[in-house]
Amino acid sequence: MLIDAAFQGLSWNLAHDVRELFAFHFMVNALLAGTAVAVMGGAVGWFMVLRRQAFAGHTLAMIAFPGAAGATLAGLPIAFGYFGACAAGALALAGVSGRHSRESAATGTVQAFALGLGFLFVGLYHGLLNGLQALLFGTFLGIDDGQVRTIVAVVVVALAALAVGARPLLFASVDADVARAAGVPVRLLSFSFLLLLGLAVAATSQITGALLVFALLVTPAATAHRLTSRPLVGLGLSVAIALVVTWLGLALAFFSVYPVGFYVTSLAFAPYVVARSLRR
Amino acid sequence: MSEAIRLEDAAAARGRHVIWEHVSLTVEQGEFVAVLGSNGAGKSTFLDVVLGLLPLHHGSARILGRAPGDANAEIGYLPQRHNFDASARIRGVDVVRLGLDGARWGVPLPGRPARARKERLREVIALVGAESYAERPIGALSGGEQQRLLIAQALVRRPRLLLLDEPLDSLDLTNQAGVAALVQRICRDEGVAVLLVAHDVNPILGYLDRVVYFAGGTAVAGTPAEVITSETLSRLYGAPVEVLRTGDGRLVVVGVPEPPFVHGSRHAH
Repeated sequence: MLIDAAFQGLSWNLAHDVRELFAFHFMVNALLAGTAVAVMGGAVGWFMVLRRQAFAGHTLAMIAFPGAAGATLAGLPIAFGYFGACAAGALALAGVSGRHSRESAATGTVQAFALGLGFLFVGLYHGLLNGLQALLFGTFLGIDDGQVRTIVAVVVVALAALAVGARPLLFASVDADVARAAGVPVRLLSFSFLLLLGLAVAATSQITGALLVFALLVTPAATAHRLTSRPLVGLGLSVAIALVVTWLGLALAFFSVYPVGFYVTSLAFAPYVVARSLRR
Repeated sequence: MSEAIRLEDAAAARGRHVIWEHVSLTVEQGEFVAVLGSNGAGKSTFLDVVLGLLPLHHGSARILGRAPGDANAEIGYLPQRHNFDASARIRGVDVVRLGLDGARWGVPLPGRPARARKERLREVIALVGAESYAERPIGALSGGEQQRLLIAQALVRRPRLLLLDEPLDSLDLTNQAGVAALVQRICRDEGVAVLLVAHDVNPILGYLDRVVYFAGGTAVAGTPAEVITSETLSRLYGAPVEVLRTGDGRLVVVGVPEPPFVHGSRHAH
């Protein structure tokens, strides 16, 4: 972990600790990017759980890994690698999946190949070897200004698109046949949602790492679906859980020696367990 | 203008295959009409024609006084479907609301329209008698409860014509009669014409005004007493068919020839 002369560690003074959190530029970047990512992950994740596309989401995360590793190898900005790979992966998934997107064998094949490719890139780029853990399990270090700008821009555009299409998407997700009969462009929406999911995965990977994307994308959404069947309340709850989990996770990682991915997943898991035991 | 549907010497074809022809019929406003016939006889094709999804091969059709497809905003349509998955965690009232504004883009704004929307939802849920379970997740409801909410969804925009494709399929006999009684009440009270595609006429026989029977590449329309007879059905099928009436008033059709295999529109998807 980064030990700086200015760093004083955790005290019992909350105001002081929060001030310390914001004293470092890299931490401000992490909090900014984390906030954007949590809002998007919570919202897109809610629809993903409703549409039962968690497997597609997982596959996109596996594609994010070679994307990021490949971008580093090629000397491109890492955000470019994440977003580019996930967008391309979403297009490919939309291509292989039929109307009912049950092409799990094809999807699984792509997933395995993507992971392998990622390791190849990491192997080719020797200097990245230390970064392997960060790519897979997340980091709050080294999120640069450009990355923050890209993430925030993507999230704003994606959320605007989600807001505009929310009702038809809900209709198509709940009842595709009736929605189609009512004039909702079901196929276009299913394609657009995969793209949106790809962007959400790419953004989330940059905080949680490719393997732990689900901590923000699935767990808060699944908890919200357990707790309420009101769509707006559920969406809000999902975003709120993702936000709290991200902020706390980043803060805890900052003050301790354990990686951020561990905190985010554990913090997200706790409310899920509580929600499951509350409601059957 | 009281005719909901008028077909004159109509023929429908899928590709080069003529499904039915020489069909002339009218459905009046407020009538409850069952669409009957074997699989592949052209019942779903008929609904496609009414919705303007399939242009007529021959003849003419007027739907609510307009060309097919032009009046779809005033048609409520419930496609043939399976039940919601048990894990579908969205409330019944939300499913009904999708019928109101689920196809709209953009973010709904609060204010007067929102209150009117709420009021209409309350009204239509009361109409189908779903007040006690509309707030529960749709996946947790029985088939009959889900079907009532889906009918409410199709009714919520005050259509003048309601198309229900085999809504009774997955229901037990009690619920079939319950939904048929509900549909009859909707016809009477709201003046909506209803076309209900059914497999078996018996559960709904007591509630119907008229039937349209598809068989032998054509269709006849009339009251059940006119159409479901040995003479009419034998003529339709071009083979001797006998209609028997059991002691409790049920109709049993005997001797229906096996339908030739037509790419069944019923199983096409």
